[in-house]
Amino acid sequence: MSAVAALLRREAWLAARSRSDWLMPPFFLVVVVTLFGLGAEPNDPRLARFAPAILWVANLLAALLTLERLFRADHEDGTLEQMVLSPLPLYLVAACKLLSHWLLTGLPLVLLSAPLGAMLGLDTAAVVALVAGLVLGTPCISAVGGFVAALTVGLPRAGLLLPVLVLPLIVPVVIFGAGAVRSAQQGLPVDAPLYFLAAILAVCVTLVPWVCSAALRNAVD
Amino acid sequence: MWTWFHRLASPPHFYRLAERWLPWVGVAAAGLLAWGWIGGLVFAPPDYQQKDAFRIIYVHVPTAAASLSLYTMMAVAGAVALIWRMKLAECVLVATAPVGAGMTVVALITGMLWGKPMWGTYWVWDARLTSELVLLFLYLGVIGLQQAFEDARAAARACALLAIVGVVNVPIVKYSVEWWNSLHQTSTILKLGKPTITADMAVPLYAALAGTFLLCAYAILRRVQNELLWRERRTGWVAELL
Repeated sequence: MSAVAALLRREAWLAARSRSDWLMPPFFLVVVVTLFGLGAEPNDPRLARFAPAILWVANLLAALLTLERLFRADHEDGTLEQMVLSPLPLYLVAACKLLSHWLLTGLPLVLLSAPLGAMLGLDTAAVVALVAGLVLGTPCISAVGGFVAALTVGLPRAGLLLPVLVLPLIVPVVIFGAGAVRSAQQGLPVDAPLYFLAAILAVCVTLVPWVCSAALRNAVD
Repeated sequence: MWTWFHRLASPPHFYRLAERWLPWVGVAAAGLLAWGWIGGLVFAPPDYQQKDAFRIIYVHVPTAAASLSLYTMMAVAGAVALIWRMKLAECVLVATAPVGAGMTVVALITGMLWGKPMWGTYWVWDARLTSELVLLFLYLGVIGLQQAFEDARAAARACALLAIVGVVNVPIVKYSVEWWNSLHQTSTILKLGKPTITADMAVPLYAALAGTFLLCAYAILRRVQNELLWRERRTGWVAELL
């Protein structure tokens, strides 16, 4: 348990020392959503209909920006090898890295999405559905993205490869997440898509740390 | 009891075995495809509703079935490669991806060509079509990941992990027409009870299905042979062979 706390504390320290790492994704999200607002006609009511897709895709892209670096620094300075060699089970290390990624990039994006949704013309029920969906969906993005980051760590073209591999795997999360917001906009119940997201999250939390640790082991072999 | 399994994993043994199978597989594939396509495109009666446009099923259904089966096979080969560290399974995995991607492309294109006269549109964003497109992206991801690595074994193991994670998409494609309201029709031939297709149409379809799978087997065996030769290019048996 103390090892887990030490790993999480290390991630927090690293984040505190390089602020741009975790300040850039929220800034990116704001700029992308603003550009959609400016690119459309001023005060176009149709913008609210596209808001679920815009916000979900912007969230996904903002998270992708940081994922490439998730294991890269650790791989370059040899920390990753020490983690693989340490007596701590590697899936626990992987789980800590993924959890810290969500806490440092996923959570701020979720919180920021609520006011951005209101800016795009979502009503209160839709904003609630958006935030609930993002709370369940962004950890899945961190988990699947972290797995792919572990697969591609150390590759010269990882930055290009990562989005191409993550996006098809994350399609269901975007479908159900944006679907929940659309249901709320039409006054329909939102629990079915949210249950689907929760089920995907349960699968991600239980299985991804294991495949992620297998990918890390392959990377340092 | 397991000696045949271990012998199968030996590259020179498998190479020679494949060399012996390949002519038979090739002739059978060509014969079945000729039967299925000539029977389906020339002799089968036109559909009462779709007229001659239904004949696309003699290409579309076999390639779509192959696209799903090959992905499953690729994931199984990946699991074998990870669990037993078997080089041959790595080669099968790497060889299957381009063939499967090709089958997916043909299934998507033939479906679009049929969709225009029948549905009035080339493409709709419904569950079956979208999940088949995602399947293509997964195949392309495996191919891209494999080419990014320098070391062939590390590449194959990374692809194996990706293929296994992506296999969740296969049942989604297969059952998408039953789980969601899809514009795509449900299965006509692979279901319980009496088939809703007449034998004149069904028999060439079965021949085309078997022919397509054998064609894939031929392509994969050839690719596995190439991969084995390249990987073992510094060994004695390759030098002896070439």
